[in-house]
Amino acid sequence: MTGVALTAGLRDTVAMTRRNLYHYLRVPALVAVAVTQAVLFVVMFTYVFGGAIDTPGVDYIDYLMPGIVVLAVAFGSPNTGVGLAEDLTSGMLDRFRSLPMARPALLVGRTLADAVRNLLVVLVMVAVGYLIGFRFHAGPVAALAAIALPVAVGYVLSWFAALIGLITGDAETAGTASLLPIIPLAFTSSAFVPVDTMPGPLQAWADINPITHIVDAIRALIIGGPTATAVLQAIAWLTALVTLFISMALWRYQRATQ
Amino acid sequence: MIVDPAIEAEGLHKHFGAVHALDDVSFTVRAGTVLGLLGPNGSGKTTTVRILTTLIRPDAGWARVAGCDVVGQAARVRSAVGFAGQQAAVDPLLTGRENLDLIATLHHLGRRETRRRVYEQLERFELAAAAGRRAGTYSGGMRRRLDLAASLIGQPQILVLDEPTAGLDPASRQALWATIRSLVDHGTTALLTTQYLEEADQLADDIVVIDHGRVVAHGTPDQLKAQVGGHRIELQLADPADTSIAVWALEDVVSSPPLVDARTGRLVIPISGSAAPTAAVIRSLDAASIDVTDLVVRRPTLDDVFLTLTGAAAITDQADALTIAGGAP
Repeated sequence: MTGVALTAGLRDTVAMTRRNLYHYLRVPALVAVAVTQAVLFVVMFTYVFGGAIDTPGVDYIDYLMPGIVVLAVAFGSPNTGVGLAEDLTSGMLDRFRSLPMARPALLVGRTLADAVRNLLVVLVMVAVGYLIGFRFHAGPVAALAAIALPVAVGYVLSWFAALIGLITGDAETAGTASLLPIIPLAFTSSAFVPVDTMPGPLQAWADINPITHIVDAIRALIIGGPTATAVLQAIAWLTALVTLFISMALWRYQRATQ
Repeated sequence: MIVDPAIEAEGLHKHFGAVHALDDVSFTVRAGTVLGLLGPNGSGKTTTVRILTTLIRPDAGWARVAGCDVVGQAARVRSAVGFAGQQAAVDPLLTGRENLDLIATLHHLGRRETRRRVYEQLERFELAAAAGRRAGTYSGGMRRRLDLAASLIGQPQILVLDEPTAGLDPASRQALWATIRSLVDHGTTALLTTQYLEEADQLADDIVVIDHGRVVAHGTPDQLKAQVGGHRIELQLADPADTSIAVWALEDVVSSPPLVDARTGRLVIPISGSAAPTAAVIRSLDAASIDVTDLVVRRPTLDDVFLTLTGAAAITDQADALTIAGGAP
């Protein structure tokens, strides 16, 4: 790609990101719902499960935070697919695809705008957590990484949702379908309970579940202790998944409405 | 630079699963003219348009738009073509101005040029007063106008419009026709699909009629009308019950059986020669004591063309009569 094309591609991406951020400004309810859900997650999980699950040596809220933050951004990810399915049915996708713009810009802009929303969600959760006892224990750099990692998870899942939105082409179906794998994946991981409390076969699965690796990495960044292996594993997973989802979504976008 | 022909399509095929949407479609559009792509629902109009705008690829055949191949040089085709699809593709959450700004930005026009063209289009389509309102609050006609404004932002050499006036009120339709006319007068080439024969008749220099994915006729509006024969006498009986007697009474004076609607008492008599036997028709009906409330001699309309070329199977005996009367050129 030439420098000129790259600049034009970046400008297209900025324009598309701005379009989707405008959507959040124009429909504040979208953001309000995400933020409310984030607050409820922190408060409910802490007080409902907090007393029941034993996490030796660690405050349950510190143990829990990585899991619920990941779950919260995961719950928000279908939005990406819903928006794209709407663009598909309203003819907007055809309009964009008929323009001399960089083709990935629509999808990249959409997922970046959703990443901004996810960042807000994560920050709100941390703030609410602080009010009820949550603390970062491993210093500011680790804290920043602990915030960045869930946003990255949200970004990867946005691309998954984008793919589903383009395949289904229907907002409602896209919303439900892209949420489908989230719940089983999240609850069979180390997100809410220590893996060694699970029955054998489930433990084996939980150990290879990518959510486990990601949550373990965030947890290490919050609580302290050795982080390098866990973080590298999480990054490897996220990179592999985002590469897969991006290439599939772009492939699907080229062929949308064929 | 003007490339002539502006659009060439040769042997286009496209199927979706078992459905053969296009089955060998070929035509050309001369630069600076309007081609009307005419056909019933499901005939392949939209599929053709989507291939020409690079949205889908043909299974076989090729097309060049502004001299560029729609598959191999898709990016250049996109720069040359302004496209408005069947739905008004506007973002309901953005204002009218923001919608146009976005499209202009994606055309890489630069800030000053973007502002100038957005202003120009808002004025042209009488949207300036509503430019600051969200497009979601617009009426159907306003959304359609905004959509067309967006398709013109890039100042395309070639305009491709898929049923551009669907859902517009008559005044908006007239205004849009005038806009397209003036663009073409200034050198733009336009391809538009339509189901409205009046629209094709008013706007198109050439017409391609397609049905079941095949080109069934191609020519100027006048050539197509000539293909389905000469004039028609259309008459209205005072009493619909007289219809069959009227057909019997007219047997000797008309050369082919009239097209009749027994429910309303309306008869259409195709004339094969140049002189309409109007007087003979009136005398015969008078002799049979049949009252006529209305009688016109008219040239064939594109409706006649349309029915003859595409509707024969669907409309049974009566259309067959019309086909026989005026059919083979």
